[in-house]
This record gives sequence, structure tokens and C-alpha cells, in this order.
Amino acid sequence: MLLDIENLTLELPGTARPVLNGVSLRVAGGEVVGLVGESGSGKSTTARAALRTLPDRTVASGSVRVDGTDVLALTGDALRRHRARTVAMVHQDPRSALNPVRRIGDFLVERLTGTGLDKKAARTRAVELLDTVGLSDPERRFRQHPHELSGGMLQRVVIAGALAAEPRLLLADEATSALDVTTQAEILALLRTLRADRSLGLLFITHDLQLAAAYCDRVYVMYAGRVVEEQPAGGLFDRPRHPYTKGLLACSPTLGEGRRKILPIPGRPPSLADAFGGCEFADRCPDAEPECSTWRPEPVPLDGEGAATCRRLPALPGAGTERRNDR
Amino acid sequence: MSAPTLDRVGPKTGKDRRPAGVMIADGTLVVVVLAALLAPLLAPYAPDAIDLSASLVGTGPEHLLGTDSSGQDLLSRVLYGARTSLVAPILLLAIAAVLGVTLGTLAAWRGGWVDTVVSRLTDVMYAFPGLLFTVLIIAVFGAGMTTSVLALGLAYTPTVAKYTRSVALSERRKPYIDAYGVQGMGGARICARYLVPNLGRSIIGYLVVLFGEALMSLATLSYLGFGAQPPSSDWGLMVQEGQAAVVQGALLPALVPGFAIALVVVSFNVVGVWAADRLGSRR
Amino acid sequence: MLARISRRLAGLLATLLAASFVIFAAVYAAPGDPAVFLAGGRDKLSPEKLELVRAQYHLDEPLVVQYGRWLGDCVQLDLGRSFKYSDQVADLLAARFPTTLTLVAYATVLFVVLGVGAGVLAAVRRGTWIDSTVVGGTTLAASVPSFVSAIALVAVFGVQLGWFPVTGSGEGFAGTVHHLTLPALSLALGALALISRVTRQSMVDAGAADHVEVARASGIREREIVVRHVLRNALGPIVTMCGLVMAGMLAGTVVVETAFGISGIGSLLVGAINTHDFPVAQAVLLLMVTGYIVVTTLVDLVHPLLDPRVKEASA
Repeated sequence: MLLDIENLTLELPGTARPVLNGVSLRVAGGEVVGLVGESGSGKSTTARAALRTLPDRTVASGSVRVDGTDVLALTGDALRRHRARTVAMVHQDPRSALNPVRRIGDFLVERLTGTGLDKKAARTRAVELLDTVGLSDPERRFRQHPHELSGGMLQRVVIAGALAAEPRLLLADEATSALDVTTQAEILALLRTLRADRSLGLLFITHDLQLAAAYCDRVYVMYAGRVVEEQPAGGLFDRPRHPYTKGLLACSPTLGEGRRKILPIPGRPPSLADAFGGCEFADRCPDAEPECSTWRPEPVPLDGEGAATCRRLPALPGAGTERRNDR
Repeated sequence: MSAPTLDRVGPKTGKDRRPAGVMIADGTLVVVVLAALLAPLLAPYAPDAIDLSASLVGTGPEHLLGTDSSGQDLLSRVLYGARTSLVAPILLLAIAAVLGVTLGTLAAWRGGWVDTVVSRLTDVMYAFPGLLFTVLIIAVFGAGMTTSVLALGLAYTPTVAKYTRSVALSERRKPYIDAYGVQGMGGARICARYLVPNLGRSIIGYLVVLFGEALMSLATLSYLGFGAQPPSSDWGLMVQEGQAAVVQGALLPALVPGFAIALVVVSFNVVGVWAADRLGSRR
Repeated sequence: MLARISRRLAGLLATLLAASFVIFAAVYAAPGDPAVFLAGGRDKLSPEKLELVRAQYHLDEPLVVQYGRWLGDCVQLDLGRSFKYSDQVADLLAARFPTTLTLVAYATVLFVVLGVGAGVLAAVRRGTWIDSTVVGGTTLAASVPSFVSAIALVAVFGVQLGWFPVTGSGEGFAGTVHHLTLPALSLALGALALISRVTRQSMVDAGAADHVEVARASGIREREIVVRHVLRNALGPIVTMCGLVMAGMLAGTVVVETAFGISGIGSLLVGAINTHDFPVAQAVLLLMVTGYIVVTTLVDLVHPLLDPRVKEASA
């Protein structure tokens, strides 16, 4: 297993509930795994745990293993090498991920020399990488500054930077959310190709459940710091089991669905100041019973693959009630 | 329409308590001011009592801080020197405050060409770095404490004017000023009766911050021979007079007044920055 | 870009004209006859000498014409005669200016290296005892006037330890460095607080940018992050402040040269005023003010070049 997060709980001083609560998540080599949730659900924090870029004073329990290495135990030079070589992250906003006063080439050469290449080899390799991610005229891009490139081109640069490390695991944190639709499709295609060519593990973080279900092999859904459902993508889309997943699917419009009603989830997403005595979703859940607010959430295995963290799972129907089944 | 008042600074409850550094600086300043006031009682000798037989004596029971090359008691001189060294900066800042607040308020209130003229004048004076504007005035009118205080007062005017202009501009936008205007009160009266008094708090805070610098500037002028003249025991002048003895290994005549200057300036800077933060008049 | 440069240059010229007019017209503010004042007072003043002064300054013509001629002479480096040294003022300045420039350059190197270094250190170790030591120490240094620090340095390193000479400016490169170390240090000390504070704040601001966190998450060495991502991006305000302080240092030499007995233009100014040699004082003031205005304008023009976004947008 490439990335193996086991029962990870992260607590920050001054918050009412853990940022992450018993999160378990796996990504195998060559696999695309989706991680879906609203902002504040803990999905980015989960990704950051794989790089151990957590806020100071975070108290962690559980384990994060990448390729067998215990990441939470890494410090100093070993941690730096881990970040430089094994795992790479692609961020949401490429414009803020690049230093505006330095050239594209400097950015790539810096990453490459970090892996032990000498300056000259790094230069050649950087131009190759720019070509690999599909940028035209890579020699010229090499000499340009970030403000001279469009958002889509910059995201390609950032991906090139991530590939510089020849990582085993790529974390894409809302990597396409800030791009317009056509560019988004190109970047998605690029990421898939790279994954196939290099048998990378890809953890694809997004708030868009539709996109995740269509793009990934397996999807995790997070709510309030907890994984509430995990299923193969197709299954999740056809037979969402957790009420929150159902809610997410029901509140986004899709093409060709006729006159399906858009049903927003009532209430507001929880913040770190909200404490819970039982299931975090209970007060927004249409299927909640009074016992849900005291039930200690734990994953319940599903018949096929995956699990859902819901007390009422046996009683609830297997598919979203208002969804058609002919997908 | 609540006008800020100075007495809000007073109470020292809980989080308002002064940090240790500020307390020490406060204490130092109180001691220095008392020393200046009580100099005649505290000083063991007259500040200008020359005793050539006791030239460059080190510390001892006769002379606690030693003597200078003319045998004058350094402790007595420093105590008396505190008077000129503290009063002169107050005078020059008073001059700068009167001129600067007037010009700054005028520029902010009238705007237009008045504002332009004031800011051009300011620009020309800012073209002279450091003490050079003051030095030019002294070059024309000759050295002396009076000239120095007047010249420095003039040199600090644009700084005060600029600050006053900026705070007056924001105060002017407050509704209570309009209210007086609607009642038919004239601009000059509104400025004199309400606008300037309400700015008083932050301008005073700003002047406190400037005090340390003003004291340093005056001491520097005296050191260069442009300010206080012998037999004054101004600290800057004492450093100049004591400098020759340093090469002979007698450090006290120059370092005692030098230390006094540094101590007062440090204390004022510590208190000034703290007070300015509290009074909302940080540059 | 060109419009900006020409606007700045026009501003520079206007300020120079105004400042030089103030320096020139100051003669008329002096009590008594300007010719007598320029000649250095009544004692030993012959009618021929007075005539010479009148001719040199064209005192019989209207003020504006006088100013124009004086300015024209100054531009051609004819700065009049010193009646004390009975020498061309321009020659006096030329002989002493190199020493002053060396002193300012040395002090600049010191305050840039020490000030920026301390600021970087404080920013990197923010919130630790190192940070508070830097802030406290430099604040203390800024509260000591340069003539006091000069004498303290002389007392400790010159007299007690004997490491450095006490006066003079030395011969040759090594000798100059040796002689000018203490003067340059006392000139630089006052600037340390300002520079280190600006550096620290600018570094803290630049360090909060997202791309710094991204670089850290990609395993870049901390030292490279500090130099290439934080310091590099913080450079704008630092360079500006260093330039302004350096420009102002020309005026600071007045005190330090006097304290160390160095014969540069600073001590020349003090001597000129104490001996009522106004033409010399005028020339030194004009030189210092010109240097100050030119350097501050240059700093203003150079500043945008540090940011490629601004540079290319205006190119």
C-alpha cells in the first residue's frame, strides 16, 4: 500500500472538536482515489498529513505510512527528503503556489536540484518536464515569469514541478477547481496520463462529488473531520449509502436528469468550534433518530466493498430514493 | 460626537499594565527630572567651580563621578546639565508644535493651494538631510543656544505639520465637525475650539516620541560647538570638552554626560513608543 | 516607464533648484551687509577684498540674476573662494570628498551587512530570545547619539584595547580601513535599528505568502527558502530603506568626522561655520543636499526593477 492512513486523529488546541477524527484512508500505486467534502471537512488536512505539514502544536494519534515509512515520526533531513522525493502536492491556486518574482525555470530547477541533480542536468530536465506536461515552446516558458502565463499553463508548471521529484504519490488538492472548464478537462486528462505512465498513486481532493465519482477509482467522503463513506466510484454514484453522500448528490444539478428537484442540505457546515456528542451529521440528517446524537460513530461495512459511518445503515434503502437507476 | 480625552490613559487595570521596560524607563525619567529640579540641593559642588589641583580625578569619596580637566565636579555638572538638556528640547518642540499644528491644520482645513504651498515648503525642508537645515541657519545667524533651539524648532515644524495634517484630515471627516458648520460656526472657530483640542491627545503622543530625537539633535549641536557655549554644563558640550581627556585615558569626563544623554533618550524612546501606541499616534 | 522617469527627474530638478535657492539666499537673511558676511566678518577686511566678494557673487545685480549666475558657476564647479583658506572652494572639496565618500561607503557596507543580517535573524527566529535581543539591542543603539558612540568606541577599542587608531583617515587601502573602522561603525550604529526593523517586518510579510509554504512542503532546504523565497521577495522595502539611510549618511559625517578628527567635507563644514567662512559652508551644504536628493531619486527609480511584474508592465 502506497499511502496508508490508519485511524488518524488530529487535535489542535483551542478547537472544540478534532480536526481529523479516526480517519483511515488508503491509496495503492496506480490508483486514483477521490477525497470529497465541504470546506472545513478535513480533506486538505488529510493530504497535508501525508507531507507532515501540519500546524505547530498539533496533537496526532494513529499512523500515516507512505510506502511503509512512518511519516509522523519523520523529522529534519529525513522529512525534507520525504517531501522532496516521495510525495508531491499540486495546489488549488497555481498563482499563489509559485514565487512571483522568480522565473518558471528557477522553480523547476530548484525542485530538481533538491533531488540531487546538478545545475546543468536540472536545466535540461526542466525543459523536458515542461514539454511532458504539454506546454508549447518549453524553452521560452523556462525563461518566463508566472505573471506571463495563464492559470491553466501555470497549473501545468506546478504539475511539472511536482513530477520533478519523481514522486510515488501525487496529492492534487482542488487542483482543477480554480480553472475554467476546458482547461480543467485538459489538466484532468494530463493527470490521468501521468498516473498511467508512471504508475503513480493519485489522491484527488475535490468538493465536487460528481467529478470525483466520474474521475476516480474509489472515493472517500468526509464530513466534520471524519470519513463518512468509502466506496468504489461507480457504487457510490449509483448506491450512495450515507445520508450525507445522498444529500451531496441531491443538491447538485446534472445534465439530462429531467426535472429532478435540487434539494439543498439544511443547516450549515460545521466549524471547528462545534462540538458533537454523537454523529456529527445528525442535526442536518433527514433520517436521523434521537439516538443518533449519542451514537459513537464507527464505520459499518457495506455488502459489496467499502463502508459507511451511519447508525441507521441497515434500515436505509440502498439507493438514493429520488435518483433514477439507469446510469 | 464623543471627543477623545486624555484621562482615558490613566487606569492601569489588568492588561493595561505597563511592561517592565516601560516601568524602568518611567522610573529613570522621574529620577532625572527630580535631579534636574533639585540640582542645587543634590550637587556637592557648584557646577562651574574650577579646582585645577583636582584635574581629572577618578571616582572617589571627594568626587563621586570624578572631575574634568579643569577640576570641575562631574556629578554636579551632570545634575545641573540636566536642566538645559531637558528644558531646551521642550522649548524647541513647543515652537515646532505651535508652527506645525497651525500649518498642518490650515493645510488640512483649507486644502487647495494652501495645502500645496505647505507641502512644497515641507518638501524643500526635507531635501536637507539630518541636521543640515539647522546647520544652515546656524551658519547664517551664528552659534548659540537660542539660535539652536529656534533653528531646530523650525526644522521640526514640517514633521509636526505633516503629522497634524494627516490626523486633522481624518478628524475633519467626522460628522460632529459638519454639525458645527451647519450651526453656522466659522472654520477658524471650529478648528480652534474643537478640531485641534480633539487632536491634542495624538499630537502630544507624537511629540513625546520626538522628544528623544530632539534631545539628541540639541546635544549634537552643542557637541559641534553650535549650541550651548561654555561655561554651560549642557551634556553635549560636556562631551566635547571631555573628549580630549579620553586619549589620556580619562574616560569619565566624556562618558558620564554621554551616558546621561543615552539613558534619557532610551527612556524617552521606550516610553514614547509605548505612549504613542496607546494614544494611537504612532508614525 | 519613461514617463515615470522623466516625471521623477523633473521633481528632482525642482527640488534641487528650490534647495539651492534656499542655500544661496540664506546670505540675505544674515544680519548686515551680505558682502561683509560672505567675506567672513569685518576684521581685517580690506576694500579690495570686499570688491572681490561683490564681483564673485554679483552682488550689485538683482537677486534672481545673482542666483542664476551663482548656480551657473556652481554647475561649472566654480564654487567661489574660501577667504580663510584663501583657496578655491572646489579644490578644498575635491581634496576632502574622497575621504568622506569612503567613510560613507564603509558605513553603508557595515549597516547593510549587520542591519539586514540582524533583521533576517530576528525574522527567522521570530518570537525567540534572539528576536527580542535584536530588537532591543538595535533600539538601544539607535538611542545613542553618534558622537557618544564615537567616543565610547574610541575609549574601548582605541584607548583601552589599542586595536584601532584614534584619529585620522590613514594611508593606502589597509590603512584606510583600519582608520575608518571605528568612525564607520559609529556612523552605522544609529541606522541598524531602522534597517533591521524594516528587514524583519518585510521578511515576516514575505514569509507569510502561500508559495513559501508550498516550497517548504516540497522539501526545499530551509536556508534556500529563506534566501530565495523570503529574502528575495522582501527586498523591495529593504533596498529602499538602505538607499535612504545611505543618502542621509552624508549629513551624518558632519558629526563623526568631527569626533574622529577626519578631514572630510563634514568636518570642513563644521570648521567653516566656526570660522565664519560662509562660501565653504554653502558649497558643502550644496554638495550634501545634491547628493542626498540624487541618491533618494535613484532609489525611487531602482525600486520597481526588483519586481518583474512591475518592470515588464511598465517597459
